[in-house]
Amino acid sequence: MLEVDGVSKRYGDVLACDDVSFGVRPGELFGFVGGNGAGKTTTMRVVLGVVTPDAGSVRWSGHPVDHPTRRRFGYLPEERGLYPRMRVLDQLVYLAELHGADVNAAHRAAEHWAARLGLREHRDTEVQRLSLGNQQRVQLAAALVHDPVLLVLDEPFSGLDPLAVDVLAEVLRERAAAGVPVLFSSHQLDLVERLCDRVGIIQAGRLVACGSVSRLRAGAGSTLVVDAPLAPAGWADRLPGVTVLDVHNGQTRLRVRPGTDDQPILAAALATGPVRGFTHHHPSLAELYRDVVGVGSR
Amino acid sequence: MTPRRTVWLVARRELRTRLRARSFLVGTAVSIAVLVVFILMESTVFGGERVTRVGLSGQAAAIAEPLTEEARARGLEVRVSTVRDPAAGESQITDGDLDALVTGTPAALHVVVDESLDENLRRALNTLVQREVLRAQLASVEDLDPDQVLATVADSTVDVRSLRAPDPTHDERLAMALVIVALLYLSLLLYGTMVAQGVVEEKSSRVVEILLATVRPWELLAGKVVGLGLVGLAQLTVVGGVGTVLAVVTGVLTIPGAALGTLLWGLLWYLLGYLFYATVFAAAGSLVSRQEETQSVLLPITSVLVLAFVLGFGLLTRAPNASATAVLSVLPPFAPILLPGRMALGVATGWQVMVAVVLMVGAVGGLTWLAGRIYAGAVLRTGPRLPLRDALRKS
Ligand SMILES: Nc1ncnc2c1ncn2[C@@H]1O[C@H](COP(=O)(O)OP(=O)(O)OP(=O)(O)O)[C@@H](O)[C@H]1O
Ligand SMILES: [Mg+2]
Repeated sequence: MLEVDGVSKRYGDVLACDDVSFGVRPGELFGFVGGNGAGKTTTMRVVLGVVTPDAGSVRWSGHPVDHPTRRRFGYLPEERGLYPRMRVLDQLVYLAELHGADVNAAHRAAEHWAARLGLREHRDTEVQRLSLGNQQRVQLAAALVHDPVLLVLDEPFSGLDPLAVDVLAEVLRERAAAGVPVLFSSHQLDLVERLCDRVGIIQAGRLVACGSVSRLRAGAGSTLVVDAPLAPAGWADRLPGVTVLDVHNGQTRLRVRPGTDDQPILAAALATGPVRGFTHHHPSLAELYRDVVGVGSR
Repeated sequence: MTPRRTVWLVARRELRTRLRARSFLVGTAVSIAVLVVFILMESTVFGGERVTRVGLSGQAAAIAEPLTEEARARGLEVRVSTVRDPAAGESQITDGDLDALVTGTPAALHVVVDESLDENLRRALNTLVQREVLRAQLASVEDLDPDQVLATVADSTVDVRSLRAPDPTHDERLAMALVIVALLYLSLLLYGTMVAQGVVEEKSSRVVEILLATVRPWELLAGKVVGLGLVGLAQLTVVGGVGTVLAVVTGVLTIPGAALGTLLWGLLWYLLGYLFYATVFAAAGSLVSRQEETQSVLLPITSVLVLAFVLGFGLLTRAPNASATAVLSVLPPFAPILLPGRMALGVATGWQVMVAVVLMVGAVGGLTWLAGRIYAGAVLRTGPRLPLRDALRKS
C-alpha cells in the first residue's frame, strides 16, 4: 500500500502541493485528476523521490520509502524521456537491468512488453525514429518492464490511439488484479470514471475530494434531464435545490441536490407545457469534477 | 542491487554505445594516421625556428651587435642580454632560461652551454674571435709572416664548456614528449567533452527523470565517468601502442625502454587527469538543459586544457628545466599534460612526480565531492542555465 501523508511543496510563491494525503491500496486503480498546474505531477514526483517535499512523507507498506524500495516502482514521467539514439529493445533491457533484473529476465521482460504494447516490428529501431505515439508506448513499456510493485503514471493515455488506449486500460486492470497499486493522472475524465476504483481531485495543490466515484456521487445528488420543448428560458431558475446545467434542444439538464423532492420540479415543468421526458442520471465524473472545482476554474 | 553493479551497468551502456559508434573507430584511425605522419616527418621540425638566448658577461658584452649580425647571416636568431655575474648566468643555463653564456675578451671567448653549442652559433663566435685575433696580428706589422698569421687565426676558436654531457637522444625524447603532450591534451579534451555532452543529452532528452527515479545521482555520474574513461583509455592505449611500435620499428626511436615508460606514465596521467577534468565537465554540463548551451558553459574548462597544452609545447621545447616549468608541471590542472612531457624528456625529478601525484589525488578527491554535489543539485532542473550557487543549494 502506498501512503502519501501531508506532502507539501512550494516553488517560490506557488504552493504546488498543500498538505496532500491519500492512499492507494494493493489492487486498486487510483485516478488523479485536476486542472493544469493543480499539482498532480509534483505529487507524483515526490512519490518517486525526484522532488524532495518541504513537508510530509511517502510510505510504502507502512515504512518511509527508501532507495531499494523505490527501485521496484514503475514510473511514467510527464515529460517523456528516453535515450534518443538507443534502440527500443536495448533501452528496455537496460532499464530492466537498472531496476535490478538479471540479464535473462531483462531480455524476456523487454520482449514481452514490446510485443504487448505493439512494438514488435520496432524492436531494433532507434527511439528518435519512432512516431510520438510509439515513443509513448516505449515509455510505457519502460515503466512496466521490471514488474513493478507500484505503478505511478503521469498522463499515460495522452497521445495514444484508441486501440492503444484499450490495450493500456487492459494492462492497468491486469496489473491491478495482480495486486499492484496503480496511481495515474489524466484529463480524460470518462476514462478515469470507467477505469478507476477511486479518484482524487486536486485543485491549487489541495486534495479537495477523494474516494470512489460512487462515494463522490452519494453526496452530489443527481442529474435530471427534463424534456420540455416549450419551456421558456429560466423556467427552473427559482426552484429550490436545483441548479441549471444547460439547455439543449429543449432539454434542460438540472443538478438536483440530495434530498430534494423532484415532484415540484415536474409540476413546474408541466406548467410550461408538455413534458416528453423526465429522467434521473448519475452525475458523470466530469460533472462531479465541475461541482467540486467550481465552474469558474474550469 | 549493490551500487557497484549499478555503476557498472551505467558504465557498460556508455562503453557499448561508444565502442559501437563509427566515430570511435574513425577517431582512433585518424589519430594513428596523424601520429604516423608525425613520426615520418621526424622530430627535426621541432629543433629549429626559434630564438637563441645568449648571455654576455664582462668584456664579452662588446660583441653584442656583431654577434647578432653574424648569427643572422647564418640564419640564426639571437637575443643577447648582459649578465653581471657569470655564476648566476650558469644557473640560468641549467634552468633553461639561457642557451649560452659568453665570457672572456673578444679575442679569447669562453662559452658555457648546457649540453652542446649550436653549430651556427659556434661559427658565428669563431668568426668574431678570428676577426679580433687578425686585427691584433695586423697591428704588429713589423714581423709579419703571412703563413703564421693565417695559422694563428685558424687556431683561434671559442673555448666551449658544457655543463652536462650532451645527450644524443635529446631530439627523440623531445619528440616523444611532444607526442605524449598532444595525445593527453586531445584525450582529456575529447573525453571530458563527451562526459559533459552525455550529461546534457540525458538532461535535454529528460531520460534523467526515470533514471534518477531508479539510481542515485552519484551512481549515474560515476557510471558515466567510468564508462567514458575506459573508452578513452582503450583509445589512448591503442594509439599510443601502435605509435610506439611503429616508431621503434622504423628506427625513428632508438630508445624503446624510454618510449614504453613514456606511454605507461602517459596512461597513468591520463587516468588521473581524466578523473580531475571529467567530474568538472559533468558538473558544468548539468547546469544547462540544451545541447546548444554546452560549448559556452564548458569554455572555462577547455581554456585551462588549451593553456596547459600551449604551455606544454612552449616550455618543453625551450625551458623544460626552468623552475617555473617545474612548478607548473606539478600543479593539478597542468600536471596531467606537462609532467608526462617532462618525464619523457627525463628532466622530472622523483620528488616532483611524487608531489604532483599527491596533489592530483587530493584535488581529484575534493573536486569529485564538489562536482558530485553540483551535479546532484542541478541535473533534474530544466530551464535556463543554472547559476552555480543555486546548484549547490539543496533542491
Ligand atoms: N520545477 C518547478 N519550478 C517552479 N515551479 C514549478 C515547478 N514544477 C511545478 N511548478 C509549479 O507547481 C504547480 C503545480 O505543477 P504541476 O506540474 O504539479 O501541475 P499538474 O497538476 O501536473 O498540471 P498539468 O495538468 O498541467 O500537468 C504549477 O503552478 C507549476 O507552475
Ligand atoms: Mg502534470
